[in-house]
Amino acid sequence: MALDKSEVEKIAHLARLHISRTEAEGVMSRITDILALIDQMQTVNTDDIEPLAHPLDALQRLRADEVTEVIHYDDLQSLAPEARDGLYLVPKVIE
Amino acid sequence: MEWETVIGLEVHVQLSTESKLFSSAPTQFGAEPNTQANIYDLALPGVLPVLNRDALKHAVKFGLAINASISNTSIFDRKNYFYPDLPKGYQISQLDFPTVGKGSLTITLEDGEEKIIGVTRAHMEEDAGKSLHEDFHGMSGIDLNRAGTPLLEIVSEPDLRSAREAVTYLKKLHSIIRYLDISDAIMAQGSMRCDANVSIRPMGETELGTRTEIKNINSFRFVEKAINYEVQRQQDIIQDGGRIVQETRLYDAHRDETRTMRSKEVANDYRYFPEPDLLPIVIDQAFVNSIRATLPELPDAKKTRFAKEFGLNDYDASVLTNNRDMADYFECVAKSSGDAKLAANWVAGELQALLKKNNWEIKESPIQADRLATLIARIKDNTISGKIAKTVFEAMIKDSSNVDDIIEAKGLKQITDIGEIAKLVNEIIANNPEQVEQFREGKEQVLSYLVGQAMKLSRGKANPAQVNQILREKLK
Repeated sequence: MALDKSEVEKIAHLARLHISRTEAEGVMSRITDILALIDQMQTVNTDDIEPLAHPLDALQRLRADEVTEVIHYDDLQSLAPEARDGLYLVPKVIE
Repeated sequence: MEWETVIGLEVHVQLSTESKLFSSAPTQFGAEPNTQANIYDLALPGVLPVLNRDALKHAVKFGLAINASISNTSIFDRKNYFYPDLPKGYQISQLDFPTVGKGSLTITLEDGEEKIIGVTRAHMEEDAGKSLHEDFHGMSGIDLNRAGTPLLEIVSEPDLRSAREAVTYLKKLHSIIRYLDISDAIMAQGSMRCDANVSIRPMGETELGTRTEIKNINSFRFVEKAINYEVQRQQDIIQDGGRIVQETRLYDAHRDETRTMRSKEVANDYRYFPEPDLLPIVIDQAFVNSIRATLPELPDAKKTRFAKEFGLNDYDASVLTNNRDMADYFECVAKSSGDAKLAANWVAGELQALLKKNNWEIKESPIQADRLATLIARIKDNTISGKIAKTVFEAMIKDSSNVDDIIEAKGLKQITDIGEIAKLVNEIIANNPEQVEQFREGKEQVLSYLVGQAMKLSRGKANPAQVNQILREKLK
């Protein structure tokens, strides 16, 4: 399976990555190589194999439902480029 | 042409927990902006999620309540999209292996018929923050207090056939969730949110039509209005020869219409993949059993029991079991007063009206169950009449003292002394010679007029049955 340039551009846009026209060529061929590897893997018979969600052979530990942390409000506010009335300000996101 | 409406609902409920789904920040509603968002919620580099046990318990509890399968292994996935109120750039959700699988619940339609509505799945995910777009001169303000609050998304099968059915289903869901006490489920505050998938097809057709998804519906009433508007819109388009476009639409309650969501990018390309920061969640039978043991009696079971145990009709049993606190209240009144029918009338009637008028929850009622039970007991033992009881009830709203003291202090005790009633009756006979004459000539219905006069004279305190009896004797 090969990828064309417009697909590379779409994926880059979805991931908010800037890729120049010249870079796109290289990225395209590298992703196509990865897809070829996946195609190869697809030919292996996996009928009796359980899907693997995580490479570690362990289970998720659960946390007690408790508020255990102090929120360093002032420090966190000072990290933001701009904040007002406690809100973090970002460039307007609706048209 | 006759059309059939097909609706499926996606309902998000915020699970009631002290801390967030993956972080130990608090989840209080209405706090000052960003005072409930810690470094995890802000997605600072290096932070890792750890799952909240109670959130998982709540999800399993819901699954058991709707007889759903509980997944032995559930897996969290990343749903990727960019929006400032989602600082990580992805929402942790569950795609292929949700915690709760197929289940169902039963709704009662208007004609009394019961219908089973399938629930496809219910999965856990984290909520996003809030964006405020006004008053910041070209900027948007972001409040991340809500970010990371645990949600359960409950997805129904497309089994609903009208807006009314959809609301009935939603109310049933609400009732079950409140019984389980796993969420506040207050639509106006956003702790319960509803999206509706709506399509239409010619009656008899089995293929589904193209659907639209309506978002932003924040009350039961609006669910009905939004769906009805959308169904009409789709019919108009098709009848004019047009086609329905699959899209997301917003409901505007002010204009009572749905409209296309304006967004440059509605690309639903979330590029899900398993969340590498979380291991698979394995739920063993012991965990499930321990939760099953905490399940309360649910609305359907309670309704059946109330009907049987207290001899309630279907309507009363329904009304009194919708809400768990109401059901507990009624049960206490019925048992302490010893008269379930009167208890049902008072709780579903006077008390409901009082709560509604003042916008009170039953727990806020100034008339507690034991006091209402005493009031009913006084009707039963003839201390007061049913009519006077309403006066006492009114007094009880402001006066928290003992019911018997209120009756005594206001001099509302029913007159049951035969001598006193006979005096009243004599007076009525003397004052109404014409009616007395008519009665003696055989005009039976005049008697109720005379009883009414006697009641009036006693200011409602005479026992009407006794008045009736003594009048008859004297007029023989």
